[in-house]
Amino acid sequence: MSRVIINDIPVEVFKDATILEATKEMEDIYIPTLCHLNLESFNLEHRVGSCRVCMVEVEQGGRKRMMPACCTPIQEGMIVRTNTPEVIQIRRIVLELLLSDHPFTCLTCSKNLDCELQALAKQFGIEHLTYKGEQSTYPLDLSSRAIKRDLDKCIMCRRCETACNDIQTVGTLSGYKRGFMSVVAPAEMKSLKDTNCVFCGQCVNVCPTAALTEINYIKKVWGAINDPTKKVVVQVAPAVRVAIGEEFGLPPGSVATGKLVSGLKKLGFDAIFDTNFAADLTIMEEANELIERLTKNENLPILTSCCPGWVNFLEHQFPDLLAIPSTCKSPQQMFGAIAKTYYADKIGIKPENLTVVSIMPCLAKKYESARPEFIKNNVNDVDFVLTTRELAKMFKEAGINPINLPDENFDNPLGESSGAADLFGVTGGVIEAALRTAYEWVTKKELKDVVFTEARGLEGIKEATIDIDGTKINIAVTSGLGNARKILEKIQSGEAKYHAIEIMACPGGCIDGGGQPYIHGDTTIIEKRMKGLYSIDEKKQIKKSHENPYIQRLYKEFLGEPGSKKAHDVLHTHYYKK
Amino acid sequence: MERIKSFDDLKNRYNTLKALLALRDADEQVKIDVKSLKFTKEILVCAGTGCVSSESPKIVENLEKELKEKGFSDKIQVIKTGCFGFCEKGPIVLVHPDNVFYVEVKPEDAKEIVEEHIVKGNKIDRLLYEEPLVKKRVAKHSEMSFYKKQMRIALRNCGLINPENIEEYIATEGYQALGKCLTQLKPEDVIEIIKKSGLRGRGGGGFPTGLKWEATRKNAADEKFIICNADEGDPGAFMDRSVLEGDPCSVIESMTIAGYAIGAHYGYIYIRAEYPLAIHRLEIALKQSRDAGVLGKNIMGTGFDFDIELKYGAGAFVCGEETALIKSIEGKRGEPITKPPFPAQSGLWSKPTCVNNVETFANVPPIINKGPEWYSSIGKDASKGTKVFALAGKINNVGLVEVPMGITLREIIYDIGGGIRGGKAFKAVQTGGPSGGCITKENLDTPITYENLTSIGSMMGSGGMIVMDEETCIVDIAKFYLEFTNDESCGKCTPCRVGNKRLYELLNQISDGTAPEDVIEKLEVLGNTIKKASLCGLGQTSPNPVLSTIKFFRDEYEEHIKNKKCRAGVCKKLMQYTIIPEKCVGCTLCAKNCPTQCISGKVKEVHKIDQEKCIKCGVCYQKCKFGAVTLV
Repeated sequence: MSRVIINDIPVEVFKDATILEATKEMEDIYIPTLCHLNLESFNLEHRVGSCRVCMVEVEQGGRKRMMPACCTPIQEGMIVRTNTPEVIQIRRIVLELLLSDHPFTCLTCSKNLDCELQALAKQFGIEHLTYKGEQSTYPLDLSSRAIKRDLDKCIMCRRCETACNDIQTVGTLSGYKRGFMSVVAPAEMKSLKDTNCVFCGQCVNVCPTAALTEINYIKKVWGAINDPTKKVVVQVAPAVRVAIGEEFGLPPGSVATGKLVSGLKKLGFDAIFDTNFAADLTIMEEANELIERLTKNENLPILTSCCPGWVNFLEHQFPDLLAIPSTCKSPQQMFGAIAKTYYADKIGIKPENLTVVSIMPCLAKKYESARPEFIKNNVNDVDFVLTTRELAKMFKEAGINPINLPDENFDNPLGESSGAADLFGVTGGVIEAALRTAYEWVTKKELKDVVFTEARGLEGIKEATIDIDGTKINIAVTSGLGNARKILEKIQSGEAKYHAIEIMACPGGCIDGGGQPYIHGDTTIIEKRMKGLYSIDEKKQIKKSHENPYIQRLYKEFLGEPGSKKAHDVLHTHYYKK
Repeated sequence: MERIKSFDDLKNRYNTLKALLALRDADEQVKIDVKSLKFTKEILVCAGTGCVSSESPKIVENLEKELKEKGFSDKIQVIKTGCFGFCEKGPIVLVHPDNVFYVEVKPEDAKEIVEEHIVKGNKIDRLLYEEPLVKKRVAKHSEMSFYKKQMRIALRNCGLINPENIEEYIATEGYQALGKCLTQLKPEDVIEIIKKSGLRGRGGGGFPTGLKWEATRKNAADEKFIICNADEGDPGAFMDRSVLEGDPCSVIESMTIAGYAIGAHYGYIYIRAEYPLAIHRLEIALKQSRDAGVLGKNIMGTGFDFDIELKYGAGAFVCGEETALIKSIEGKRGEPITKPPFPAQSGLWSKPTCVNNVETFANVPPIINKGPEWYSSIGKDASKGTKVFALAGKINNVGLVEVPMGITLREIIYDIGGGIRGGKAFKAVQTGGPSGGCITKENLDTPITYENLTSIGSMMGSGGMIVMDEETCIVDIAKFYLEFTNDESCGKCTPCRVGNKRLYELLNQISDGTAPEDVIEKLEVLGNTIKKASLCGLGQTSPNPVLSTIKFFRDEYEEHIKNKKCRAGVCKKLMQYTIIPEKCVGCTLCAKNCPTQCISGKVKEVHKIDQEKCIKCGVCYQKCKFGAVTLV
């Protein structure tokens, strides 16, 4: 412990704590921050000390200096003052300088009222700028279908760099150019589509301004809804239902499935379907594939393939491992493929006259829907992908507040799902869902206790051995691509012997996806969303994918058996070296 | 060279090799019978970067050709040395043992040097340096005013030895300091000697070197590193380059001593890739040192291992900041990080690391050899020893000078530097590079120490010294330095990235005549904020040139702002080209050449310039044959 004086109050602080940490629990002390970000649930703190908004006065050995509170460790005998007139003036000038190099387009900015720089400007009561001048401008990058880069709005907090390099180990973003023109960008200022970006969107999630946002498809979706020649159906991913409520004032993790369905109907979609249905379908195919590989004891471990961000990562960074992921399409794409074949046929329209819209917690799904494998005869299996955030905007634009609406059920035949499918939205969920089905298929016995605690929780890497009636299966569950890299390297070296591995690109899984409502560093929100999904599973009558009656009907009417030729044609895919 | 097996072996080699320098020993310290030597004369030619660009290699080639033709090749050798420092008068050729110093030698002079001096023994008068004040030619450089007040410790071997031959370094007692440390001193004793000597960092910060070594030694770790900071970047400064080009082994020896003292076995020299000659000489010196057994495994048979690797910098000024330099070596973007942790705690690859600059290292072997008392007897107050300054700007003797601390600026500028060029009046001297400030004539008699320079609003820095005369516009000078920091800021922290840009824009408004009345206050508030809030030394000092010029030349700023007048005639936008009616003959030449056609008037009638359209290119001023166009 170190003894220090903070604003005239003597306190004892843990050795190595920063000034910011030391003042966290102290009443009446508030130090503003901007570049700093502490993702506590993921054990990652971004404290580069670059914005200089958190400056405080530090007196040590009779010498007074201004130091950044976020990255200055407490030392015995320090005297810290957090709100002297000089400290406040310095913070204010620093903030004014940031604003002087920022476009004044708040009214038309996609982050209006959701921007951390704007919030600070309001808090400091900044009404005019003392220092004005040239603003740095860069080309707008809309190349990727997923992530919009508007670097004029970059404030060099470098959070995206930490997300891209330290959490995800993708390494697309880094500091570029120097001095006034320095900005965070891919090497040589390449367009995102020409880089190894996997479009996980973790950079977007941490960006305090609108320098990194999703590419918005709201207009196109309105266009489709208003097009009388199109029948427009929508699918909703599991993680969306436990997050959308946050945009309308519900506590994080609130389950809003029924209200979401009501709202989507009000928006004018012709049918409201559930990606969960396709998640159950994925389990049918993937569990079948797992059992096949286990029986033959070849091509193990099997890796889940529902996360397009992780698939991109594999294709870019581990091309030697392309053979091991499951060949199953992701639930989004399975849904699209079934909608444009089975469903279109059932309602008697041509696939080109059916528009499939996805509501996803994810940005990589936007990219995925445009992969050439998922386009047949110029018809995309999934036409447009909206994020949870974009859907909230559509609701607000239409004057719909879904939380005021009564609960409604998804439409059939693509709206019914098991509790297992809901788990897809959280790390460990896919493997738990697969185990529930695989267990019963292998043992021909009923699985009584469906919860696999080994796979649950937000921990980045979970490893366990599951006993399926005497057959021991080694599983690993990872989320966050940095963790995935560790597991993949173990597979490459032959050090680890797994049978099945679930990988999700985003830390915590889709509940922390790049398209979810902003958490502004509060990772307890992720935990609450996770609990929300577990609670849905708990309340569902059907908890195993293969027990979903509509899935059973789909196989009977259209696909035959899991792993059949038809199933392969419609539901499976392949991967490329990038 | 055969591997040196022990310290005694090294001393034996020294006794043999010291003859190599006998002819060059002007003070006759080496008691050797010159007649026993192979060569009767030596011609030393400066092969530092400055003289090389003035064709000194061609001089060497021509000298060798002439000597061969005259049949002197066996008796007289030509030696390429490091920089003599008197770059203004380069290329320099020094003939020994006659001790005749020729300046501004051209390749075609080689013939005359050989025919007249070597063959006939006559000094060539026209190639001797002429003292400007007394108009007298001087042959011995020790008698020149440029050298008289100098004291060369860091530069002791520059211009004396052939930097590409380790034997000549050993002949100067080279590697004996290392041998002494490894065989007679404990690491703690070495640190104590450096602490006692009072040596402080010569790269800019002035932190006591011994304390830095001690802090790094005290942090236990499985691995530690020594880094030599050779990322010299201040405008006009080239002392580190000169040391590395002229005496690379001294830095290698010193780094090895530092490695022994702190417990490191590996070192890096981080050197700008734009210093190809220094890199080349270092590579030779590293190889020769390894071959000689004074670097690498089991140095001089003592069991101590230390090796050095070169890392090239891409020329980013900020990489001279130690934490940014470390990031750069690690292969990351060269950006500073907040201290603490200091490199001594967690540096390269998160290991305790000691970073010292080239000039600092160059001082270490003499301190070990001659003792800390000798070193600390030189200098003044808490600034011991000598400091190398790069004299530049409007001064007669541009070059590199090494002077004892405590000397005054007046002595450097007037006695060594020969005063202001063209007999103009002195206005200010800028020290400390872009981080420093301007010093005016009121402070010319201040003895130079770290503390004194800081107290008068400037700093020691790495030793850049740019002299300005009355024709220098002070706003323009502030702009020059700020433009440099704007270019070289890494962009990491807000005050430096955006603040310096805004400072520069305000200065531009002053020189454009568009600045608001309260601009000085704005500059001061912003400048002080940048100093206090920036992350690293670059930002923390970048407003100094602005703040110090405001302090000492406020009236000149106000003249620009209120009267829209630039007394030096530098700020073009504050000037107007006008035609004096009495002198204009109506030749139309100005109107014909004006790119914006803003000059009107008929043939043989007085012409007029439309000030609204004039872009102040000055073409009319140059073209007018009657002196009718003036700048006011």
